[in-house]
Amino acid sequence: MPTVSMTVNGKSVSAEVEPRTLLVQYLRESLGMTGTHVGCDTSQCGACVVHVNGESLKSCTMLAAQAEGADVTTIEGLANGDELHPMQEAFRENHGLQCGFCTPGMVMSALDLVQKNSDPSEQEVREWLEGNLCRCTGYHNIVKSILAGAQALKG
Amino acid sequence: MYQFNYQKAGSADEAASAVTAAEDGRFLAGGMTLIPTLKQRLAQPSDLVDLAGISDLVGIEDGGDSITIKGMTRHVDVANSDVVQSKIPALASLADNIGDPQVRNRGTIGGSLANNDPAADYPAAVLGLNATVITNTREIAAEDYFDGMFTTVLEEGELITAVRFPVPEKAAYTKFPNPASRYALVGVMVAQTGGDTRVAVTGAGQDGVFRAGDIESALSGNWSADAAKGVKMSDADLNSDIHASAEYRAHLISVMASRAVTAAG
Ligand SMILES: Cc1cc2nc3c(=O)[nH]c(=O)nc-3n(C[C@H](O)[C@H](O)[C@H](O)COP(=O)(O)OP(=O)(O)OC[C@H]3O[C@@H](n4cnc5c(N)ncnc54)[C@H](O)[C@@H]3O)c2cc1C
Ligand code: FES
Ligand code: FES
Repeated sequence: MPTVSMTVNGKSVSAEVEPRTLLVQYLRESLGMTGTHVGCDTSQCGACVVHVNGESLKSCTMLAAQAEGADVTTIEGLANGDELHPMQEAFRENHGLQCGFCTPGMVMSALDLVQKNSDPSEQEVREWLEGNLCRCTGYHNIVKSILAGAQALKG
Repeated sequence: MYQFNYQKAGSADEAASAVTAAEDGRFLAGGMTLIPTLKQRLAQPSDLVDLAGISDLVGIEDGGDSITIKGMTRHVDVANSDVVQSKIPALASLADNIGDPQVRNRGTIGGSLANNDPAADYPAAVLGLNATVITNTREIAAEDYFDGMFTTVLEEGELITAVRFPVPEKAAYTKFPNPASRYALVGVMVAQTGGDTRVAVTGAGQDGVFRAGDIESALSGNWSADAAKGVKMSDADLNSDIHASAEYRAHLISVMASRAVTAAG
């Protein structure tokens, strides 16, 4: 089997996988990093969003082999020890999650928005979340969390 | 997913030969259609040839009275391009409304056109703006390129290297998206290019994208939202599915066309 190597949350990793292995399987099954979730098999829900070379994408719709040599950031890469990342803290503070299944994808997607647009409007946040589905919250508190997280990150 | 072999190609020629040489080879572009298809086991290619990293296949060139977009250019890069925004804003906004941000970060113009989904957005741009599809072996006029739902005239191993769009005097694209998938329930590109009026419709036709001749005639004499809206489209060859009836789609075509005329100015 081919070996696929990349950097995940700042650490170099490498594993032997079949060509058909998805990036999300590589993260969850080969590396044991289960923070990235799989919520659908139609590439629509966004629970699996991670950053590859600084941009958000659906890790269920990319082969691990396509990420050879890439720099990957997952939800596990955000907190600093016990201290939550400001966007995670904003979700906690604003009740931006209920069951929490969609949250890793929401947070990673939100961080891509904020790096492109540091002061998004409510409308811009709602449009950006087109690819992230949540079955619990009704989105209001997710939008509130992202707006608060954006402000916190601006400092 | 079934098993397959995976390889990266160093150039367009190498990719084309690898696909031709394989038992059942496929190009892999953004993977936004191909990978979901493989996951559902709807296809079983023997080999995937990844086009990522072939630098000749990425980029947007300003040719004065035309814009050339290379095959592996992503939707996000078309949407954010200064050249596309200033010369064909209708095309930038079309790309900016494909799917969601994560799909736009991966999906490419070449992949979308090779796939020719009957509800995809780019086919309406190619037909409505009278673009030319450029492959590793030839140039194909928009009129000749599409060959029915999910079908094009591309041969096995033929690679879309670029698409050349003439700059129109005016153009706009309006879509009524399916609220779940964001694909077009009906999407209409209206354009005036070199005195020629074109109206291309995606999402609605049983054979994929088509030109709405009746609306084109109405607009040629009278470029106005009312003229477009006044045309009653036949529902004869339109799709009926759980999302919308053919009759509803027929109605939406005139409405989307009239909104596009207003947006084009
Ligand atoms: C959730 C979701 C929502 C979407 N919403 C929309 C939408 O609203 N509108 C829309 O238009 N599309 C939508 N799409 C589809 C998206 O635009 C895809 O990116 C596009 O259809 C395929 O492009 P790709 O680069 O991902 O191609 P791939 O999936 O990699 O390839 C698709 C096919 O094209 C072939 N191919 C790829 N590149 C070339 C080339 N250069 N030359 C010849 N053949 C090639 C491949 O072999 C394959 O058969 C959506 C997709 C998803 C997952
Ligand atoms: S798991 Fe649903 S989009 Fe990736
Ligand atoms: S919090 Fe349960 S799916 Fe979003």
